[in-house]
Amino acid sequence: MDWKSIPQEYLVTNVKLCLGGKLSAKTGYLHVKDGKVKAIGDGELSVENVPTFDGNGAVLSPGFIDVHVHFREPGREEKESIHTGSRAAAAGGFTSVVTMPNTLPPVDSAPMITYQFDRARESGLCRVFPTGAISKNQDGESLTEFGDMVAAGAVGFTDDGTPVMNGSLMKYALQYSKMLGIPVTCHAEDTSLAGSGVMHAGSWSAKLGLPGIPRVAEDSMIYRDCELARATGGHLHVAHISTKGAVDTVRRAKADGINVTAEATPHHFTLNHSHCQTFSPMFKMNPPLREEPDVEAVIAGLCDGTIDCIATDHAPHTVMEKELMFDQAPFGIIGLETALAVGITSLVKAGKLDLGKLVYLMTEAAAKIYNLPGGKLEEGTDADFVLFDPEQQWTVLVDEVQSRSRNSPWLGEKLTGRVKATFMGGRNTWLDKDFS
Amino acid sequence: MALSSKDLIGLEHMSQEEITLILDTADAFRAVFDRPVRKVPIMRGKTVVNLFFEPSTRTRISFELAEQRLSADIINFSASSSSLKKGETLRDTAENIAAMKIDMIVMRHSSPGAAQYLADVLDASVINAGDGPHEHPTQGLLDIMTMRHKLGSLDGKKVTIIGDISHSRVARSNIYGLTKLGAEVTLCGPPTMVPGAMEQLGAKVEYDLKKAVRDADVLNILRIQLERQSQMVFPSNREYALMFGIDEDVLRTTKPECFVMHPGPMNREVEISSAVADGPRQVILDQVTNGVAIRMAVIYLLSGGDPGSLAGRG
Ligand SMILES: [Zn+2]
Repeated sequence: MDWKSIPQEYLVTNVKLCLGGKLSAKTGYLHVKDGKVKAIGDGELSVENVPTFDGNGAVLSPGFIDVHVHFREPGREEKESIHTGSRAAAAGGFTSVVTMPNTLPPVDSAPMITYQFDRARESGLCRVFPTGAISKNQDGESLTEFGDMVAAGAVGFTDDGTPVMNGSLMKYALQYSKMLGIPVTCHAEDTSLAGSGVMHAGSWSAKLGLPGIPRVAEDSMIYRDCELARATGGHLHVAHISTKGAVDTVRRAKADGINVTAEATPHHFTLNHSHCQTFSPMFKMNPPLREEPDVEAVIAGLCDGTIDCIATDHAPHTVMEKELMFDQAPFGIIGLETALAVGITSLVKAGKLDLGKLVYLMTEAAAKIYNLPGGKLEEGTDADFVLFDPEQQWTVLVDEVQSRSRNSPWLGEKLTGRVKATFMGGRNTWLDKDFS
Repeated sequence: MALSSKDLIGLEHMSQEEITLILDTADAFRAVFDRPVRKVPIMRGKTVVNLFFEPSTRTRISFELAEQRLSADIINFSASSSSLKKGETLRDTAENIAAMKIDMIVMRHSSPGAAQYLADVLDASVINAGDGPHEHPTQGLLDIMTMRHKLGSLDGKKVTIIGDISHSRVARSNIYGLTKLGAEVTLCGPPTMVPGAMEQLGAKVEYDLKKAVRDADVLNILRIQLERQSQMVFPSNREYALMFGIDEDVLRTTKPECFVMHPGPMNREVEISSAVADGPRQVILDQVTNGVAIRMAVIYLLSGGDPGSLAGRG
């Protein structure tokens, strides 16, 4: 059978199931009917008159969920649209993403949420769950209509990219969103401390003469926001945690029973500030790449549950923007298409955590943050799944990038772990070139 | 021996031998200055572009003079880096230059790494005339040349650099060059301008000016950028002058032979008193003269000049 012509009902065989944080040692199957899981398990299943696809021994897991992406539509479609972003997501094995609201104009009203849902539906390559801005026009002054946006389908609120410096606004956001049962996500950065910084403040910024963003810019805001979550009882979600101090603060907050969750990006658990020494803007992101003890702390946080999930902070920028000098180029890198491979290469192959846990952090754990459907494969759930080869080595080639942008620090790098096919609601959304 | 690179980006990645070669070559050129005809035909038929994205009268004039004395054809190009942000990238500029078949580019740019970027994309030689706060290698070299004239070998000599180290390309190039030649470098200024991380460059940090100057053989005093005051980095010019300004009282606490340098332009009565700036222990105008010789030497060596043949031109 051909993977490209998927019928209403089919059986996937010869796969290793990776469910609930565990990779099965046995060969298993997945039976899909009408976009839903009909049956899943180890061993063999024979169903009469149902076409069968051979998984070629690949790992089959729930489709990945990225709770932090920037799809730039409306307004900055030259960087990424909801369609091209969805295409990149599918190529990376993702079936659901949570989009950040810092578009142009920002997503700060219910019609904007509806618009993004509509665009995603037209594309049909990935489930897109928008967040709304905390403040109107993301200007940090007054609350947006949380209730109306939630009714339209918003899954959370954040001023990602334009940190909330006003503590009072953050407090009200947490109080108000608690009533609605959804999280407020913080991009923790005291902008007055970050100043004109463009990389981590440390030995490399001193050498390179580039202005630094000190750890305390992040640490102090995470401390503030955890205390606001304690005071209000609201759900605080910490985006792209990057410092040892921030990980420690979240660990303590959780021990105190504060309703806080956190995510970490593949670049923050893999790269450090020394990569900036080439002055390549591919290593310019916010929060910046920190020092090795911070990288170790982020990994430790992922291992012990302080950090709940992995998210990419997929932040597309045009080739021209990323050809500017380091201090002038915009912050951010794309991450959807390399997330699995970077996770396998720098966590699993390095012996830091096992494959089952990595997949868990990219699926079930991510879904929990924003109460998303998906992340699990059981009888009756949507058939959102991915097949990948955890051993295949491949080189990240610029011509194969599915995002509209190309700003990845891993271009030309050899990574281990390759997505072979992605399915959303039983429909094929991505197929690797040699997989048929 | 010759330089290993087609470019001069910074002193960080230069060997001691290369630095010494440039200094020796500059000494030979300096001798030419005392002749009635100060021009040599070494760069005849070659074109040098002075690409200044930041205004810098002194450095540009020094380079231009060096180029003229080597008989090069010169093109001056000035633009603000911010105009580049809108639309045209440095790559576009670089490709335009390459298409015009230029032999050498001298560039001043506000962004660290800009010179390296240009050098990587062009076949022509690139001389970094300052890339933001990163490096300013010809300034570092002319400072070292001036110190060498006064001190002989720099091995074991103590150099104290005073000022806004964290934003200074002059400081970085000084530190890299001086430590390669065996000098001990001490950095002094308020901690807001001299973060402890600067020790990573191989220098010592000392916040007490008295201690920093006591054993010094030379004080290199950096210009305080007065606009930094508005960024809460220091309280006032007055307080800076009181705590870190070099005046005759400070010089009384140094070794008597300790001398004073300043890359210019000076803020008199802020980082340096007029009495010191015009006094017997400064070598500031020497630095300016040496600057031309250093730039001649760098241009000469990067364009394939043979250092041995220079003596024969006597
Ligand atoms: Zn962010």
